Amino acid sequence: MTISLLRVAFRGRIAQTECLASANEFRPAPESPAAKVLAVKELCKSYGEIVAVDRISFDVGRGEIVGLLGPNGAGKTTTINMILGVLEPDSGSIRIEELDIATHRSRALERTNFTAVYAPLPGNLTVSQNLRIFGLIYGVENLTARIADLLEQFDLGRFRGARCGALSSGEQTRVSLAKAMLNRPRLLLLDEPTASLDPAAARDIRANIRELATKEGRGVLWTSHNMYEAEAVCDRVLFLSRGRILLEGDPKALLREHGKATLEELFITVAREPLTLEGH
Amino acid sequence: MMRWRRMAAIALRYFYLLRGSPARVVPLFAWVGIDIVLWGFISRYLNSVASAGFNFIPALLGAVLLWDFLIRIMQGVTMAFFEDVWSRNFLNIFATPLRISEYLGGLVLSSIATSAVGLLVMLLLAGTVFGLSFFAYGLALVQLLLALFVFGIALGIFACAVVLRLGPAAEWFIWPIPALLSPFVGVFYPLSTLPKWMQLVSNLLPPAYVFEGVRRVVSGGTASTGALTWAASLAALYLVLACWFFARIYRHAVRTGLIARYSAESLS
Repeated sequence: MTISLLRVAFRGRIAQTECLASANEFRPAPESPAAKVLAVKELCKSYGEIVAVDRISFDVGRGEIVGLLGPNGAGKTTTINMILGVLEPDSGSIRIEELDIATHRSRALERTNFTAVYAPLPGNLTVSQNLRIFGLIYGVENLTARIADLLEQFDLGRFRGARCGALSSGEQTRVSLAKAMLNRPRLLLLDEPTASLDPAAARDIRANIRELATKEGRGVLWTSHNMYEAEAVCDRVLFLSRGRILLEGDPKALLREHGKATLEELFITVAREPLTLEGH
Repeated sequence: MMRWRRMAAIALRYFYLLRGSPARVVPLFAWVGIDIVLWGFISRYLNSVASAGFNFIPALLGAVLLWDFLIRIMQGVTMAFFEDVWSRNFLNIFATPLRISEYLGGLVLSSIATSAVGLLVMLLLAGTVFGLSFFAYGLALVQLLLALFVFGIALGIFACAVVLRLGPAAEWFIWPIPALLSPFVGVFYPLSTLPKWMQLVSNLLPPAYVFEGVRRVVSGGTASTGALTWAASLAALYLVLACWFFARIYRHAVRTGLIARYSAESLS
């Protein structure tokens, strides 16, 4: 397994080095509407008196990894659930590759996939059974070959016949990531994808996602509480607090702008003193 | 446009679960088998003590078999749905391109497969051990089964909607549904036995027409084609209403966020 993981990581690092330079070439011009994999506009969601998401707008371009950061209850998961069509916004629009999720839900979600720590795959099915079922739902062509590729890519070959519920949380996360890659999504939503992974596996996954974004032009929306990870992986970050986007931009530029040494410092400022940043 | 592969995925999921779990396979035939044996012997006993000329085997055992068939159809739908409830799989399932119609279609496919096993076991037992022959019913048998099948599917989808709305704990509301209906549909007695108000309710239930038809065939007559067609039409209406009800409940669940945080504790 270690060898295989190293292979994945090595492949990822090589790809990262090679592809970072070409990533900008791959990305269409930002102002071109076609460059946007995801366009969120004026999105609102309240639960009674509680405003979970308050008129947020952002987009994710092709080949771009956007970090959705913020303290607990900031509205990250609510936003992801709305993009996935399992939560209806009060107002605003979500377009995935120009398809409005409100009117073209099924077609939009064919281009999307996700993984979240709070949505493990059914534990009473084996790894390959789960992948087959979701592959059928997503209409994946050459499904058997695709599953074999993903099992190898995520070093899950020896677990193919194991029930997901019997796997460690890190292994389950890798299975969920394999599921998320099944349909080669144009938009990938990752809600804390490395939360239960050991540092080595987390690094491999980051490299893998980076490769996917830069090489294949997938757009990725990534939530994490790991600021080191966000700084290392994301092209752009959005800081959410109390349902509103307080800061947005390149992580390094944001640090310079706010005079912080690390993203973690900036995060703590956002989490503790959101009002000082509002209207920034 | 419905995609068959997606519906097949839901049915395949249930097949995988059945294949690896004797606890799920045994109930497919065990309870109906016990019912047939029990009612088979009761019918045989009644034949021995009652006056000659009336055969209780097709009257009682045939009715039990058809009633169990309806219950199996309903449970086939609900059990496939409960697999998603128990494994907290709603977010994974509904955050995909799967449409509600495809999901329900998958549940129906699962139900057809599982209830066919139960029906086969019942027919074998009732035919070989107790000599029940459905040839006497003729072509009417197709109409009888069709009306029960469609109504069973409608009940199953309605039950799923109730659980989706009220939470997993509401499963105890839905298992007694067939028992609540049974006095009104006259599985074992003619509807004329019932008081007028109960007969009014019976008129709205497709199985009531089915069991009246069964009794006519057993007593040497023929089942009314018109009544059975009406029963099938009524069942189709209930099916449409059940699908509409499920879609409405699902919409409510998406609006409130219930789908994303579905559990017994999180229901509003």
